[in-house]
Amino acid sequence: MEEINALMHGFSVALTPFNLMLMAIGIILGVLIGVLPGLGGANGIAILLPLTFTMPPTSAVIMLSCIYWGALFGGAITSILFNIPGEPWSVATTFDGYPMAQQGKAGEALTTAFTSSFIGALFAVVMITFLAPLVAKFALQFGPPEFFSVFFLTFCSFIGMGKEPPFKIIAAMMLGFGLAAVGIDTVTGQLRLIFGWHELMRGFDFLIAVIGLFGIGEILLSMEEGLSFQGRSARINTRIVIETWKKLPKFWVTSLRSCVIGCWMGITPGGATPASFMSYGIAKRMSPDGNKFGSGVPEGIVAPETAAHAAGTAALLPMLSLGIPGSPTAAVLLGGLLIWGLQPGPLLFVEQKDFVWGLIASMYLGNIVGLIIVLTCVPLFAAILRIPFSIVAPVIIVICAIGAYTVNNAMLDIWFMLLFGVLGYAFKKLSYPLAPLVLALVLGDQAEDAFRQAMLISQGDVRIFFSNWLVGSIMGLGVLMLVWPLIGRGMAALRGRAA
Amino acid sequence: MEEKDSSAAAERPSGLSTRAAEIAIALFMMLLGGLVVYDSLRLGVRWLSDGPQAGYFPFYIGLFICISSAVTLVQAMLNKAAAKKIFVEWGQLKLVLMVLIPAALFVLGIQLIGIYVASAVYIAVFMIWLGKYGWLKSVVVGVAVSVTVFVAFEIWFKVLLYKGLYNPLALIGY
Repeated sequence: MEEINALMHGFSVALTPFNLMLMAIGIILGVLIGVLPGLGGANGIAILLPLTFTMPPTSAVIMLSCIYWGALFGGAITSILFNIPGEPWSVATTFDGYPMAQQGKAGEALTTAFTSSFIGALFAVVMITFLAPLVAKFALQFGPPEFFSVFFLTFCSFIGMGKEPPFKIIAAMMLGFGLAAVGIDTVTGQLRLIFGWHELMRGFDFLIAVIGLFGIGEILLSMEEGLSFQGRSARINTRIVIETWKKLPKFWVTSLRSCVIGCWMGITPGGATPASFMSYGIAKRMSPDGNKFGSGVPEGIVAPETAAHAAGTAALLPMLSLGIPGSPTAAVLLGGLLIWGLQPGPLLFVEQKDFVWGLIASMYLGNIVGLIIVLTCVPLFAAILRIPFSIVAPVIIVICAIGAYTVNNAMLDIWFMLLFGVLGYAFKKLSYPLAPLVLALVLGDQAEDAFRQAMLISQGDVRIFFSNWLVGSIMGLGVLMLVWPLIGRGMAALRGRAA
Repeated sequence: MEEKDSSAAAERPSGLSTRAAEIAIALFMMLLGGLVVYDSLRLGVRWLSDGPQAGYFPFYIGLFICISSAVTLVQAMLNKAAAKKIFVEWGQLKLVLMVLIPAALFVLGIQLIGIYVASAVYIAVFMIWLGKYGWLKSVVVGVAVSVTVFVAFEIWFKVLLYKGLYNPLALIGY
């Protein structure tokens, strides 16, 4: 097994005291980001990115990915203790987690959530270990038309899988592409869409958009509620952990199903949020205790948490092997790799073996370290949540401003961050999705290049995108995704007529 | 969501209607889309011997923004229910603006006196004004956060942050 050898080598890269320390710091920072309103996986990593510039790339990415694991863990804490989902993907965790906490079973609920997250992530990492090299090898044969078809599929999946109105998804996505086009055109060198404003020449950095849309937007949304925290104190001791672990194996079917749902939704960019809802819904329908869901049953925590973590982890597969991130957070990690001169994509597995396998090994280690840290530090994190919002909010805005400035050392970016914040607030309230906007902004230039190169090869003939079985089937799948809402509506209508 | 709406309808709090917000955002998006189309036309959207012109790709992007927003606009105008739904209550909007306007002043402050001093002032004022904390406690928290950031960035990580047009820290040699 070539992968096992490579992975063992990866462990030797990742397992240094320095890296282990970074993992622990990363997890703690990540959980902090996850529990605080207005900071999340994507913008948290975006803000912390500049601090890792002085580290070696492997260590830096290990730390950043651990922040990501930490944020995934952290979302569950606020959901269960405060009924406030720290992250969108932990909304489904509140359904059964908060009732359990109210019944005085907060420790059990948290242990269930953390353990499920761990299992979901582990499942996805094992899948990445064996599948990512294959995908990368396969993708080495890709030309511009094939790459464009993968971009096409990625963006069509948003439309097909999204919960939001399709036209709003398209509008948000195209706005992302439009923002990506601002600045110097990489092919002709012409200035586009700057309207004589030369500071715009750099274009819009997606990190600024991420910090504004997710960070400032979230603070503005939270402010509407006035935010009164009413938390339960939580204590976890070894006895609760072991007793909970004894109960968990009986949910193995739910767990396995959630892992598969999560992986699928993570690779196709559905993302962790829909994965958690879908998994919860299916578990409710399939479980013999389905009618008890919502009143505080552990199975109702297992399903969404496992799926969310599996999806969050699986989103790194297309990022590493194709250079196409499956989620905004994966996109930020990708941005980090680019800054260190590492071009994610199929060649990464050939040219940067140490890096890739070190990162994959760190995913195993990071999740184990993460599980230990969150199980031991819950009281600490719960205490942080009791800091009043009127202190937390300005501090987070300050942190966001610093993060926005450090991306390009540009004052103007802080203003853009504020504008993106207002946009994010309005978009969230009107259910325009933010993820496709961010991904389009990240991938816009690459998608355009792939499109133009393909068109150059074919002398402007669009049929190149259906010229062989590979590109044709990926494009076909994309078109299927694009019209999926129509098919779904049609089927619902038919079913309605039959019933 | 629906539960909330029915209870909102019972009490009828006043606020900005969802329909108005939908229309405003759709028009804003169409404006942006129009700008993209306009500049793409300037750059050229045709196909030359050496390939597509610079405006070729963005032109269609702009067109898609306009078309999809136009659909949303029409949907919003035809949707009678959305006219009754509240996008944001005036009271909530006031709370949001109470954060947004100081945040904008904070960014202006950064421009003038730099991140460190502006942050300390902003946090302290926010705590006094919105959090109803005492002077001393607020100033201590503001200065503490700012000093922590200063030590972490300027000294520890050697990442220099913006010090403003009129840098007050120049007095202490930074």
